[in-house]
Amino acid sequence: MKEPNDVILRTVSKVAVVIILTFAINLFISGHHQPGGGFIGGLAFVAAIVLLFLVYGIEKVRKNIPVDFKKVAGTGVLIAVFTGVGGMINGKPFLYQVFGHVNLPFFGETEMATAVLFDVGVALAVIGTSMTIIMSIGDDR
Amino acid sequence: MVKWLLFLSLCFLALSILAMIYRLVKGPTAPERVQALDAMGTYLIAGIAILSVLLRSTAFFEVVLLLGILSFVGTIALSRYIERGVVIERKQSD
Repeated sequence: MKEPNDVILRTVSKVAVVIILTFAINLFISGHHQPGGGFIGGLAFVAAIVLLFLVYGIEKVRKNIPVDFKKVAGTGVLIAVFTGVGGMINGKPFLYQVFGHVNLPFFGETEMATAVLFDVGVALAVIGTSMTIIMSIGDDR
Repeated sequence: MVKWLLFLSLCFLALSILAMIYRLVKGPTAPERVQALDAMGTYLIAGIAILSVLLRSTAFFEVVLLLGILSFVGTIALSRYIERGVVIERKQSD
C-alpha cells in the first residue's frame, strides 16, 4: 500500500500563500476609506501562516519564522496605546488623529494619517494573539 | 426580469444552505459534515456574488475573496484531520 502524500496540496499552497499574503496587505492598506483594516488584515495574515502550518508541519515553519508571537502581540498593544497617548501629550483627547497631504516622489500627492500607526498596532496584536492561540492548541503532545 | 431571476436564485441558494445545515447536524460520519461545510462556503460565496450583482455594488468583493480563503483553509484542516488524525503535525511526514 502506498503512503498518503500531499504533492497537490504542497504545490497549490506554494502559490496560494503568496496570494493570501498579498490580499492581507491589500486589506490592511485599504482600511482607511474602504472595507478592511488592521483587524481583518491581521486575520488574513494568520490564515496564510496557518496554511503553512498545515502543509509543512510546525517545526519547519518555526525554524523559518523565528518570531516569538507573544512578543509580537505585546509590541502591537504597546504601539496602539502609544499612538493614543500621543494625542493626550499635545492637549487633545485620547486617540486623537491628524492627517495631511504630502508630496511623495513617485506617488504624487498622498494622504498620510496617524490612524495608520494605530492600525499597525492592532494588526500586530491580532497576529500575535491568534498565532499564540493556534500554536499552543496545535502543539500539545 | 433579471432582478426576479437573481432573487429566485438567492431563494434557492438559501433553501440548499438549509438542506446542508440539516446534513451538517444529522450527518452520521465526519466526511459528510466536512463536505457539507465546504459546500456551504461555496454557496455563501455564490449568494454574496449574486447579492452584489443585485445591489449593483462592488463593496462585497473582498468578502467573497476572504470567504474563499477561509473555506479553503478550513477544508484542508478538516480533511487532514480525517486522513491523519491530527491537524497540525509536528514534523513533516516524508
